[in-house]
Amino acid sequence: MSGDGTAAPALAGVVRLDVVVPARAPWSGRLRRGQTLRIVDLEGNQAVDFLLYCADDEAERYSAQDTICAQGNIFLRTGSTLLSNEGRAMARITGTSVRYHDTIGGACSCESNTLRYGFHTKGQHACVENFLQAGSRHGLGKRDLVSNINWFMNVPVEADGTLGIVDGISAPGLYVDLLALMDVIAVVSNCPQVNNPCNGFNPTPVRICIAGD
Amino acid sequence: MTTGRGDDDAPEAGAPDAGAPGTADPASAREHARRQERLRVEAMPTVPATASAARPPGVAAADMLWDETIGGGGYAARELHRGARLRLTDLHGDACVAMLLFNAERPVERLNVADTVKVQWNAYLGAGRLLLSDMGRALMSILDDEAGTHDTFCGASNEAGNARKYGAGANWGPTPSARDRFLLGCAKFGLARRDIHPCVSWFKGVRIDRDGNTQVQVGPYPPGRSLTLRAEMNVLLVLANCPHPLDPRPDYRVSAVRACAWRGAPAAPDDTLRASSPEARRALWNSDEYFRR
Repeated sequence: MSGDGTAAPALAGVVRLDVVVPARAPWSGRLRRGQTLRIVDLEGNQAVDFLLYCADDEAERYSAQDTICAQGNIFLRTGSTLLSNEGRAMARITGTSVRYHDTIGGACSCESNTLRYGFHTKGQHACVENFLQAGSRHGLGKRDLVSNINWFMNVPVEADGTLGIVDGISAPGLYVDLLALMDVIAVVSNCPQVNNPCNGFNPTPVRICIAGD
Repeated sequence: MTTGRGDDDAPEAGAPDAGAPGTADPASAREHARRQERLRVEAMPTVPATASAARPPGVAAADMLWDETIGGGGYAARELHRGARLRLTDLHGDACVAMLLFNAERPVERLNVADTVKVQWNAYLGAGRLLLSDMGRALMSILDDEAGTHDTFCGASNEAGNARKYGAGANWGPTPSARDRFLLGCAKFGLARRDIHPCVSWFKGVRIDRDGNTQVQVGPYPPGRSLTLRAEMNVLLVLANCPHPLDPRPDYRVSAVRACAWRGAPAAPDDTLRASSPEARRALWNSDEYFRR
């Protein structure tokens, strides 16, 4: 059940995959054009870092900059089309029960953690570690990491440009549905960050489903 | 109209003038080629850079590293060493300079725009800010900024977008995209399409309103605004001077930028940037650590 008591709509088509991604873990999978990927924020305010690569050519991948530019807005909402770095439509958000999702906050890393919080964080787990792990199964490496999506994360920008990761706007059971508009590889980090509110200071599992032909 | 590369003011190169040699045999062809050296266009480098007419006061001629005017639609790629200053000047008020930035020694490390805004808690670049790599290091610092209009959100134009907007978008045509110029600059340093990372753009800005909407600032502006960066590591940079992807004007409007660089020292132990924030202090420390060798 979602925060407002409304259940996520039933997924159309045959459910091909239905897994729980443990807290702090990576995940990756292929989506064929026409399939839908659903991510459910099981326990509320869990950031899910996300990248997409064109299955036929991994040098073409999700571009936060192309997406923001085309839609004229930094927030991802129902109807947002995720564009590639060549300006092609990779996927579209067909439904979500969260007001908006983030695509400017980036992925946490051991290296940036030392800047944000101090050198005591160097050994903590981080999203870039998960991206490298999951990406390595698809021939993707550090050169392939670009600005990502953070599902269920909240990064407002104030008038003077001040921005930061603040308390989340998600809740237990809220979801996002993504329709693949081309064959893609999705690379996911179930964010392990404990130094800011992106996971409510408590990384939790999320559910990933793939449905369609 | 023009190629956008700033060479529309040149006499047509190669057209024979009175008394010029023909090109029927190799010796004549050589003479014909060598006579062209006298030609001048706006978009060209000053070689050697030590002869630069744009040398800043107090900088010795021997310390000049680079002086190149990049026309609209043009690009340049160059390596600069730690401590070097890079000054970009919007000569006519309509430049839009998208930039890629790599650790020249190990280009798998490169500018991370998300980290740059997140770690410094602010979306807008200006004097006193750092350009951060994906490895927690300061690649460059912004020493001086007369423009105040820059973009971390919208990135580079691409061929498809330019074709829709201007009727043509090919890299070899009159209205090339920043992404395609990046491709060429990167390729000349052995980097590939996968290395073209989210970029920053100088001289055209994008502000975010309270609903998250992008508000583009294209001016055009008074001529001569300049921006001065300092390399805190050995960097490879690729500059592409193409119209901003959100520029509302229907034609391909962009004007020349002058890039000058000169030798200097990286952030000193008592540099005010180190005290500007704890994040900046650690980023500059991380750059220092990288150079303990």
